[in-house]
Amino acid sequence: MNKLTWRAGIIFLILLLLISCATVETMTNVATEVAVQSGTISRSQGDSISKSTRAVSKSLEDFTPEQEYYIGRSVGATVLVKYQGLANTKANSYLNVLGQTLAQASDMPELFGGYHFLVLDSDDINAFATPGGHVFITRGLIRCCRTEDALAAVVAHEIGHIQLRHGMRAIEKARTTEALTILAQEGAKSFGSQQVAQLTQSFGGVISDITNTMIKNGYSRTYEYQADAAAVVILRRTGYNPGALTEMLGVMDKQLKPGGTDFAKTHPSPQNRIAELKKSGMSFTGGETPAVRTKRFTNAVDLR
Amino acid sequence: MFRYRFIMICLTLLSILLLNATADAQKAMSVQVKESYLRATPSHLGKVVAKASYSDRVAVFEERGDWKKVSLANGKYQGWMHNSALTNKRIVLKAGQSNVATSVSRDEIALAGKGFSDEVEAQYRKNNKNLDYDWINRMEAFTVSPKQMEDFVSSGQLARGNEGGKP
Repeated sequence: MNKLTWRAGIIFLILLLLISCATVETMTNVATEVAVQSGTISRSQGDSISKSTRAVSKSLEDFTPEQEYYIGRSVGATVLVKYQGLANTKANSYLNVLGQTLAQASDMPELFGGYHFLVLDSDDINAFATPGGHVFITRGLIRCCRTEDALAAVVAHEIGHIQLRHGMRAIEKARTTEALTILAQEGAKSFGSQQVAQLTQSFGGVISDITNTMIKNGYSRTYEYQADAAAVVILRRTGYNPGALTEMLGVMDKQLKPGGTDFAKTHPSPQNRIAELKKSGMSFTGGETPAVRTKRFTNAVDLR
Repeated sequence: MFRYRFIMICLTLLSILLLNATADAQKAMSVQVKESYLRATPSHLGKVVAKASYSDRVAVFEERGDWKKVSLANGKYQGWMHNSALTNKRIVLKAGQSNVATSVSRDEIALAGKGFSDEVEAQYRKNNKNLDYDWINRMEAFTVSPKQMEDFVSSGQLARGNEGGKP
């Protein structure tokens, strides 16, 4: 058999494998191996291809939802150092039914521990969402909402952050690699106390990466605009007035105090957010909120 | 000589191919959330057929958008589950409980309760006593029944189509 036929056979097989392989990593590894065997590339080139594929696949996706849940609990516990929960059963129950309805219409309806919502007892205009599905909204932010649809817009924006995994993306790259490297060491064995200490330290780093971004510095403008766009999609899927977000931002613009450590610091200005919604064709006006929704909203969250 | 090597490589590759093909015939997946439900229709408002728990294995036999029709407990129950509740990885509940770890590569398994877990959280809490986990536990106890949600949706004149991502 001549060399040409031999190579043609190999290429044909690579194609077959490309179609059948389960993961990109397996696919790349097999293809690389074949390329080395056939002399298309050298062994060292092949090794470096395999290595870089492994490095790429050691990413956020390697954190299981269970681990994101534990990260979320501690991020939430840090939020609750700055703000107290509001012990108002009526308001919290209402917020949870509303939140669950919206979460189910998101692209990530199921999380390890599900979604949970809490009103924070503060006049600040602020909200947070942890990777574990804990969503916090301050009284001050609820006061920017005149209708259930407006509150739905606020909650949907937070669900948008979870769906787009913005919290997890705030973890520094080096930290992700470090944490996942420790996690990979274990195999099927239990952790020893030294490893638990190491992991706890890495865990602490992850929590501070996320809370520094979420509470102190804010996400990038791009992330906020993405969450707004996701919110509009969720509002439309659930039958809420998609214009409620623009409407709420208009009210927020009047109520935000310059120099505050809340949304005034961590978010793009409401004006800019409205402008961005308009630019991307996501700003709607003239939608209506049925009286029944406004009534149950006022009834549940009378938080003056 | 060439011919011999060629045949050997072909056979190896073909066997990998066949292995993949049999795995695809009935894809097995694991439940990656604490609990979820199999539903009669591909919707979160569909009637609950069975409850699935973390690490349960299901067999997938139909896909529709973000939903998968699966069977649980050797086909005893059949119903729809949302993509976000499922993973391709095999989840091992307790280390040492199964020999799975030796038969598949590390990338294909996830050990439950390992890594960032309650054990690590407990240690972290010890070092950070000012953190408030009480409210976290209280908010996690808030539950919403399917009936509550259904009433909320219908009395609020909300839509129920289009949910759970792309239909």
